[in-house]
Amino acid sequence: MSSLHIQQVRKSYGSTDILKGIDIGIDDGEFLVLVGPSGCGKSTLLSMIAGLDTVTSGDILIGNQRVNDLHPSKRDIAMVFQSYALYPNMSVAENIAFGMEMRKVPKAEREKAIQDVAKLLQMQHLLDRRPSQLSGGQRQRVAMGRALVRHPQIFLFDEPLSNLDAKLRVDMRTEIKKLHQRLKATIVYVTHDQIEAMTLATKIAVMRNGELQQLGSPSEVYNKPANTFVASFIGSPSMNLIPGRLVPHGDGLALEIEHNTTEGLQIPLPPQPDSVTAYVGKEIIAGLRPEAIGNGNLQKHELTRQVQADLVVTEPTGPDTLAILKLGGFEVTARLEADATYPAGHRGLFTVDLTKLVMFDSQTEQRIA
Amino acid sequence: MSSKNWDSPQMVQGSANRWSRVIIYGLLIFFAAFYLMPLVVMLLTSFKPLSEVYAGNILKLPAHWTTASWVKAWGEACVGLSCDGIKGYFWNSIKMVVSAVGVSTFVGAMNGYILTKWRFKGDNLLFGLILFGCFIPFQIVLIPMAAFLGKAGLASSTSGLVFVHVVYGLCFTTLYFRNYYIAFPDELVKAAMIDGARFFRIFFRILLPCSGPIITVTVIWQFTNIWNDFLFGASFTTGDTAPITVALNNIVNTSTGEREYNVHMAAAMIAALPTLLVYVVGGRYFVRGLMAGSVKG
Repeated sequence: MSSLHIQQVRKSYGSTDILKGIDIGIDDGEFLVLVGPSGCGKSTLLSMIAGLDTVTSGDILIGNQRVNDLHPSKRDIAMVFQSYALYPNMSVAENIAFGMEMRKVPKAEREKAIQDVAKLLQMQHLLDRRPSQLSGGQRQRVAMGRALVRHPQIFLFDEPLSNLDAKLRVDMRTEIKKLHQRLKATIVYVTHDQIEAMTLATKIAVMRNGELQQLGSPSEVYNKPANTFVASFIGSPSMNLIPGRLVPHGDGLALEIEHNTTEGLQIPLPPQPDSVTAYVGKEIIAGLRPEAIGNGNLQKHELTRQVQADLVVTEPTGPDTLAILKLGGFEVTARLEADATYPAGHRGLFTVDLTKLVMFDSQTEQRIA
Repeated sequence: MSSKNWDSPQMVQGSANRWSRVIIYGLLIFFAAFYLMPLVVMLLTSFKPLSEVYAGNILKLPAHWTTASWVKAWGEACVGLSCDGIKGYFWNSIKMVVSAVGVSTFVGAMNGYILTKWRFKGDNLLFGLILFGCFIPFQIVLIPMAAFLGKAGLASSTSGLVFVHVVYGLCFTTLYFRNYYIAFPDELVKAAMIDGARFFRIFFRILLPCSGPIITVTVIWQFTNIWNDFLFGASFTTGDTAPITVALNNIVNTSTGEREYNVHMAAAMIAALPTLLVYVVGGRYFVRGLMAGSVKG
């Protein structure tokens, strides 16, 4: 197991920049998830860590070793591909053993390693089959086995769950997490699914257009998004981004939400740091997660406020009911109590929890911190 | 794809359907007979004694079945001045076809592998140029090739002929393998690279074992073309080194004595048998291979 450092890594094809100077560092045993919309460069970055793609400039270090010019097989990594990339002409056992065969591991040792991995992943009965005779989940398992048998410094996963059906995906997600806990392995995992990112990662790197937007723990990325892109990308349903203005209110500040068609709404804020008070009288973007707007399900305390809003539509999900509210003229998503009926067009008081409020500069869209 | 899907429901019953069936089968039988007729005549003639051949009706069954003309064609018929039959030339052709097919298929597979999995600058242009080679008529290269073979010391030898066929076949074999490997997942090559396999290992252990259908197609294509070639054989060999197609021509064109049509037919059948055999053995894959990649499964 080993640490990984990506330093000012760039990639360009001709004049097109795919990656624009990425800096990421993770420690031994961390689970890094690269997440972002398609075309953000996350897969390219993974390929570069694997050595399947060249680095235009910058350094990649595995442990303390610079690996830029090392062949993929010399980097001591193992990769699980989106399509699993099982060799169709070989049995499962041969697939798992191929890497060891290339490294000239003695046959007896190979046999033992195959048995160990098969036991770990509970696939002893599959060893003699061909990949074409396996189900999607089984193929996934074999691909994992092929990576595990190597005991590499770093595991690389390239959207390994995206070809599975919804239920299996959730199961395998748990399996991967268990595996990480048991092996204490360093893992780099690429996905476009923010739920996978949140559930698996110890560190999330959110990327867009070849730039790193934010690197942080899942809770940092979720609760303190660096900018409006991260705020709306992470979380489902995504964070409400409401244009507003900071105005003086008594001794402190209030958030004024005003849509030109309806009357405005003022929400008094608790004392704010200087960086925020500097924005008095200016336009900002207020970010509130759906679960920070509720009714009976939110405990009232000194940082909650009651606001008046119109209910537009509700979407019961079971554990709670998602609702679109009209708040100061803007549509926002709220998470309300389940097991209650909400007549459409209902106007009432809802609770807003300001502990989870984040604010963004309306020009740069960066978080004001 | 089952043929069932092609029948629309209203066509399944009714007399219109029956008539169209009759017409379809009638035409099919007619054309089958049309194409098979020469073969039938050849076979019948080759089993007749010469007197019966000259007696008339070519479609009549032999009154006395005899394999004498086959034996004579194989071992005694006169090709030019020597009367040792076509067996020597048959082996010439076998030697030529096995080496030429083997080399051109292997190099074509290698080309396809490089053009799809080890992309380099200008690879598509290079492929375009190779493709262009498929359209060069044989006649154009005759004289330059003869000059080259002479300089290389390969004139009038089986090796020279093998060389010519390899060069000519490469365009086709490269085309086949490139189009097959372009659909071969790149991720498999990447996985093998991470596993520690290099250029040749990846080719021999991963791609080649998965190339059964396209190898069959290429072998059939190359085998039939090279075996049946007459022009290169006639141009670049002399006397004993000639392939069977040239020998067959020499038997038939002998102008001395009575024309032994039964021997000629037997010799022609012998010359045609290997390609027939290859097609019967590999034909199933041939059609499958030609279709592969055209329809996404």
